[in-house]
Amino acid sequence: MTRLRYYLPAVAVFVLVIAGWELLVALLHIERFLLPPPSEIVRSLVEEWPTLSAAGTTTLIEAVGGFFIGLAAGLVVAFATARFAVARAGLMPFAIAANAVPIVAFAPIMNNWFGVASPLSKMMIVSVLVFFPVMINVVRGLTSADPATLELMRSYAASEQEIVRKVRIPAALPYFFTALKVGATLSLIGAIVGEYFGGANDALGRLIVENAAFLHFSTAWAAIIIAAALGIAFYLLIITVERATMPWHASMRARDA
Amino acid sequence: MSGETSTALQAIDLAIAPGEFVSLIGPSGCGKSTLLRIIGDLTAPSVGNVTVNGKPARQARRDRDYGMVFQAPVLFDWRTIEQNVQLPLEIIGVGRGERQRRATEMLALVELSDFAGHHPWQLSGGMQQRAAIARALAFEPTLLLMDEPFGALDEMTRERMNDELLRIWERTGTTIVFVTHSIPEAVFLSSRIVVMSPRPGRITDLVEVDLRRPRTDATRESERYFELITQVREALRAPERRSVLR
Repeated sequence: MTRLRYYLPAVAVFVLVIAGWELLVALLHIERFLLPPPSEIVRSLVEEWPTLSAAGTTTLIEAVGGFFIGLAAGLVVAFATARFAVARAGLMPFAIAANAVPIVAFAPIMNNWFGVASPLSKMMIVSVLVFFPVMINVVRGLTSADPATLELMRSYAASEQEIVRKVRIPAALPYFFTALKVGATLSLIGAIVGEYFGGANDALGRLIVENAAFLHFSTAWAAIIIAAALGIAFYLLIITVERATMPWHASMRARDA
Repeated sequence: MSGETSTALQAIDLAIAPGEFVSLIGPSGCGKSTLLRIIGDLTAPSVGNVTVNGKPARQARRDRDYGMVFQAPVLFDWRTIEQNVQLPLEIIGVGRGERQRRATEMLALVELSDFAGHHPWQLSGGMQQRAAIARALAFEPTLLLMDEPFGALDEMTRERMNDELLRIWERTGTTIVFVTHSIPEAVFLSSRIVVMSPRPGRITDLVEVDLRRPRTDATRESERYFELITQVREALRAPERRSVLR
């Protein structure tokens, strides 16, 4: 009952927006190619489901593959850098600068390097996008441990390895999950933008570009809906893992209080 | 740390006997915490040496001869209270069963048995500090170093914690070095009070506390208790005149 009441406002807003959209398109005689009504998008979604789901799968594989490559690389570099203050001082400014650069601008170049038709080119764009937030956040997390906890470990004559395992890694988890959430969103953006610049046809980015070009706007919109659903699902999955991994964290406490 | 250096401590000569309860008291900046950290080998002295149980402080730290309690409880949120108490035992390499047994015993000692499965944030400040004491005692160190452990607690909780600390001290026979800036606390707890003064930090007086043990609420109302409080207060006020060490 309380759960229902919690979600009720959001559901109400959703229903109102969709109904308003449908109504406005009809009342204002908006051209279909400018904004198709939701009912038409849903029809495309159902009718072209085989094409859409195949494209969604391709894009998802690219996004998730690139996500894990970027994640692994980011973790390796973060752990290597976090231990050495000099390496950190040398690399972090560039990492932070690179993170502020619109990396998707490199997508056409990645397409050239790794083959425009190969899903690997999209994965590489995604992995570069995911790499920087993971590396920066994990370095911050690993160096964020409260000095008093490090002193406590020193009083136990704990080894550096034990300090990393028992203090630094748990302290870095909240930062790590923040990076994963950012990375999940970036991975779908990276894959779809990569596809805009060319590639195999059974991908969401291609479907959007081509259907828009041929004025099949409801199909383009249906592909966008699929992309949005995948992004939200990926994000929710990470939140679920986060909740299970750190039930102790302050941000989770309000729920059981 | 910075380029500028100042003398935190000067000409400290202090011997603490096994089983003693010694308090270091003095105004801020007198180096009482620094002295405690030097004993624990958390800060290195620029000159001089510290011997704990007949060996250099560094070796004593490596041998886990002392337990440390800070002003903040420094518990890990991701561990339950019981797991927090087990932390030093994990590092020392004590087996799972023995770890469990000792954590249970220590939590009983600080009267937190009912909260073994709780996380730190579910406990009050006083309970958290008791858990920190249980953790410091879990590996049976011969020396307990406490840096203003009850400084953040309200007066009532602090008095109750003082009673409990004395009970634990009497049961375990651990030597305790206790940093505080509270005169009544130092008098109630200690067998000896080291009075310090700042710039440079040095020992200006040693006060023997001859209050009968076990100490109770009655102790806090005894005439001798107030006399000793006055004595320490005067020692703190006039370090130059009463200086006994250099």
